[in-house]
Amino acid sequence: MIIEDVICPFCGSLCDDLTVEVKDNEIAGIENACKLGYSKMMGYEHDRYERPLKRVGDEFKEISYEESIEEAAKILYNAKSPLLYGWASTSCEAIERGIELAVKIGGVIDQTATVCHGPTVLGTQEVGKPSCTLGEVKNRADLVIYWGCNPFHAHPRHAERYSTFTKGYFTKKGRTDRKIVLVDIRKTDTEGICDRFIQIEPGSDYKILTSLIAIVMGKEESIPEEIGGVKKEELLGLAEEMKHANFGMVFFGMGVTMTGPKYKNIAALERLVRELNRHTKFSLMPMRGHYNVAGAGAVFTWRTGFPYAVDFRRGYPYYNPGETTSNDLLTREEVDAMLVVASDPGAHFVNSSVRRMAKIPLIVMDPHPSATSELADLIIPTAISGVEMDGTAYRMDDVPIRFKKLIDSKFKSDFEIIGDIIEKIEKRGVKD
Amino acid sequence: MSELLIKNGIVYDPLNDICGEKKDIFVRDGKIVEEVKKPEILDVNGLLVLPGGVEGHAHLSGSKVNAGRLMRPEDGRRGLRRKTAITMPESGYSVINVYGEGYRYARMGYTTMVEAAMPILTAIHTHEELRDIPILDKLSMTLFGFNWFVMDYIRKGEMDKLAAYVAWALKISKGYGIKIVNPSGGENWKWGKNVSSIDEPNISFGVSAREILSSLMEVNEILDLPHPIHVHCNRLGQPGNYDIAIDTMKISSGFETKREREPLHVTHIMFSSYGGEKWKDFESKTDEVTKEVNSNKNASIDLGQLMFGDTTTMTADGALEFALCKLTGSKWSNSDTEMETGGGITPQIYSPSMPINAIQWAIGLESALLVKNPYQVWLTTDHPNGAPFTTYPEVISLLMSKDRRKKEIERVNKVVQKRAILSSLDREYGWNEIATITRASQAKAYQLNDKGHIGVGADADIAVFNINPEEVDPSKDYEEVERAFSATKYTIKGGEIVVRDGEIVKVFPGKTLWTNAEFDGYYELIEDDLKDWFSKYYTVSLSNYGVSDVYLTNPEVIKTNPKIGGRIEVPAE
Repeated sequence: MIIEDVICPFCGSLCDDLTVEVKDNEIAGIENACKLGYSKMMGYEHDRYERPLKRVGDEFKEISYEESIEEAAKILYNAKSPLLYGWASTSCEAIERGIELAVKIGGVIDQTATVCHGPTVLGTQEVGKPSCTLGEVKNRADLVIYWGCNPFHAHPRHAERYSTFTKGYFTKKGRTDRKIVLVDIRKTDTEGICDRFIQIEPGSDYKILTSLIAIVMGKEESIPEEIGGVKKEELLGLAEEMKHANFGMVFFGMGVTMTGPKYKNIAALERLVRELNRHTKFSLMPMRGHYNVAGAGAVFTWRTGFPYAVDFRRGYPYYNPGETTSNDLLTREEVDAMLVVASDPGAHFVNSSVRRMAKIPLIVMDPHPSATSELADLIIPTAISGVEMDGTAYRMDDVPIRFKKLIDSKFKSDFEIIGDIIEKIEKRGVKD
Repeated sequence: MSELLIKNGIVYDPLNDICGEKKDIFVRDGKIVEEVKKPEILDVNGLLVLPGGVEGHAHLSGSKVNAGRLMRPEDGRRGLRRKTAITMPESGYSVINVYGEGYRYARMGYTTMVEAAMPILTAIHTHEELRDIPILDKLSMTLFGFNWFVMDYIRKGEMDKLAAYVAWALKISKGYGIKIVNPSGGENWKWGKNVSSIDEPNISFGVSAREILSSLMEVNEILDLPHPIHVHCNRLGQPGNYDIAIDTMKISSGFETKREREPLHVTHIMFSSYGGEKWKDFESKTDEVTKEVNSNKNASIDLGQLMFGDTTTMTADGALEFALCKLTGSKWSNSDTEMETGGGITPQIYSPSMPINAIQWAIGLESALLVKNPYQVWLTTDHPNGAPFTTYPEVISLLMSKDRRKKEIERVNKVVQKRAILSSLDREYGWNEIATITRASQAKAYQLNDKGHIGVGADADIAVFNINPEEVDPSKDYEEVERAFSATKYTIKGGEIVVRDGEIVKVFPGKTLWTNAEFDGYYELIEDDLKDWFSKYYTVSLSNYGVSDVYLTNPEVIKTNPKIGGRIEVPAE
């Protein structure tokens, strides 16, 4: 069976033009996918947890789904400060249930933005986010700047589908209708598709962005001859190009969100784009990593009012990044049980957090072993969303797309498992 | 079989010409009936009974609203309310989480809502949020004002294809009707520009607002859509824009429609009734605008009333939001949507001491007081643009009491006495007129035959307010009026008591209504065009575009009788 227009459940580009061949309930071939998407979708059966596992002493013991769900419900119900974390690589439907669970048990719910584009959220809460959908870039952009990101490796089809080579209504010649600039601390492979590379010193994004703001505002005399390793002349040139583009676009990544003053970088970038809109049309967009991290932010926001780090221990949503963010809670040893869904904080959180994770009851819902599952007390294997389960995901530009189920699975989905846990919790009575 | 008897209430039901009668209402299985056998009895002796409220224009769900919530945690932290055994927690004052939206409307006696702006590309998002809004029945208006297919068919003069595209787009977005925001001008904003009149052709497609409005109004009639074209005018929010509102309404004058409603609705009129050339000489032009409404039976308006305080403005008119943020220096988000529409968001603090804000406040009230026929007016604040919908009780008390207005006028900037006419208006709304502009007008305008009234056969959506209209003089006891409309004694939705003494007592999902206007061969007419533009210009595949039924709670399809081709028989859902 050939399935057309399949959505790739890997990165925030959420390409929806894959063709997948299914034979005897197995994926036999994939067309149009990049290496990352291809290996995720082809390798779905590789090294999988076959059954729920419970840690007994130093060993994992196989248990049934029913037992694992009962165990998870018990752990979460008895915890005073449970943390529900992850959500970036599962469906919005599962995330919705995650929030319901957090409310019912009076816990904290957080998602992976906390360690990637959380600062983008904070910048937006200070300055606002002038943005657009990717089709606006495809059809109109004649200047595209990649800043602190490396789409060549992290979002391999982004340039082809949306931002560099693609042809659009006002960009009929595609690549030749656009000027492409890379700003980064080192030459990456993305440089190969760019017209120009501006190399900046590590940690100098904020200085350079605020200098560009000054130049665009006509205060170039306040800028020194060299800043962050870049000659003033080059910045003047870049500012001119920005002002004279018909439609300019900045894509930015974790090189900006996770270095130097973090969210202040983003606030400065947003201020720059805002200022440029006095001269022409300009937008920006974070290069979101996991395929549904944008969806996690969206669901959190409409259900709770806040995009991540939402604390329900008081019965109402309390949001205070720096206090209610996962690493802060774990490091302060406030968390006394943790559920990790579709994510690997064991590999990405700070040491002090991981130490705490090892001490407390830790439940991991994942198809595959990870650094986190090594620490787990309970492992519940799941179906892979986008391969074995359908649902909704949000692209990096907040466009929702319904992804498909390609094959049947003997595993339960995140959506089902969390639903089952909620049912068990409800039997115990909703905590006040 | 569940039965209810609402006994001895004072009923105002304008669509059934019931005006303050002491009357029993019978409910069985979610509908109003003539009699009941063993009902639960609610003795509401002497209390005000109205049909459930119908919100005709508010921004409650979808990408723009959510971007507003995300940008404003400081607003989210207002209005926090704990979970209960049956409710989810609430957050937000002007940008409210989905649960808060449903509960707050229900507490105020509202049972139906219209989401005023839905992009097709992100319609799944709109419906995901609607699915989460508890209790209320839901409709959403699909955005067409600067959609590329619309502009392309208009520039080529292909009306059949335009009709086919609108029918297809409503079906695929599960939309109810045609929303038009800054027609033609919105496309220019994608180059950082705008249009300045309804006759200016835009840069990329060469079509004007007038062409878009008149073509879509004709298509609205061809497709027999239940609702008028719903228009956010050009140059909205800018001084001297009142003539655009008048010219826009005039497009409908003399237009013939078979539906029992106006063919054109101008929304949040407050933002389009501005005189003066600059903010410096800004003034109310409500007199001119309402003169047109009073002489043109083909246009209706809603108020877009501004109330003082901190709110969040959001619209598909991106240029407007950028202009606003330049005035205030406040944070600003923009979200242009490929091929279709745009959006912008910026917070606003409306202050009674600010001359502009004081005049704006007056304009909304003047509009309500100067339009003679209450069926041409709906009460809105264009939530959250003029104010959150939770200010309706205060607006109602202002319309019902000249004394209250006088008191307010003394409090706000004095300029309001010179550059607005509010202080000269003596009219006071009665209960029946309030029932009209919060319920009946909207039900008629959306052709919701089972809503907005409590005659036999109607949905049993009923609001009982803790106030005796025979004893209270709203002109004097305006605080009493405001208090009563803030929280019902009972809100009944589909025959179930959902609010008792101002508290939510039952939660369930409402219905989703959408319009199916398919006609014979409609898809074939546009199929090649869709395939061509989707492969060339969209970033999603045609087959992945649109909203499937999994996103709808209790969907109800309104089928129309298009005057083009034959009607396709759609299987009942």
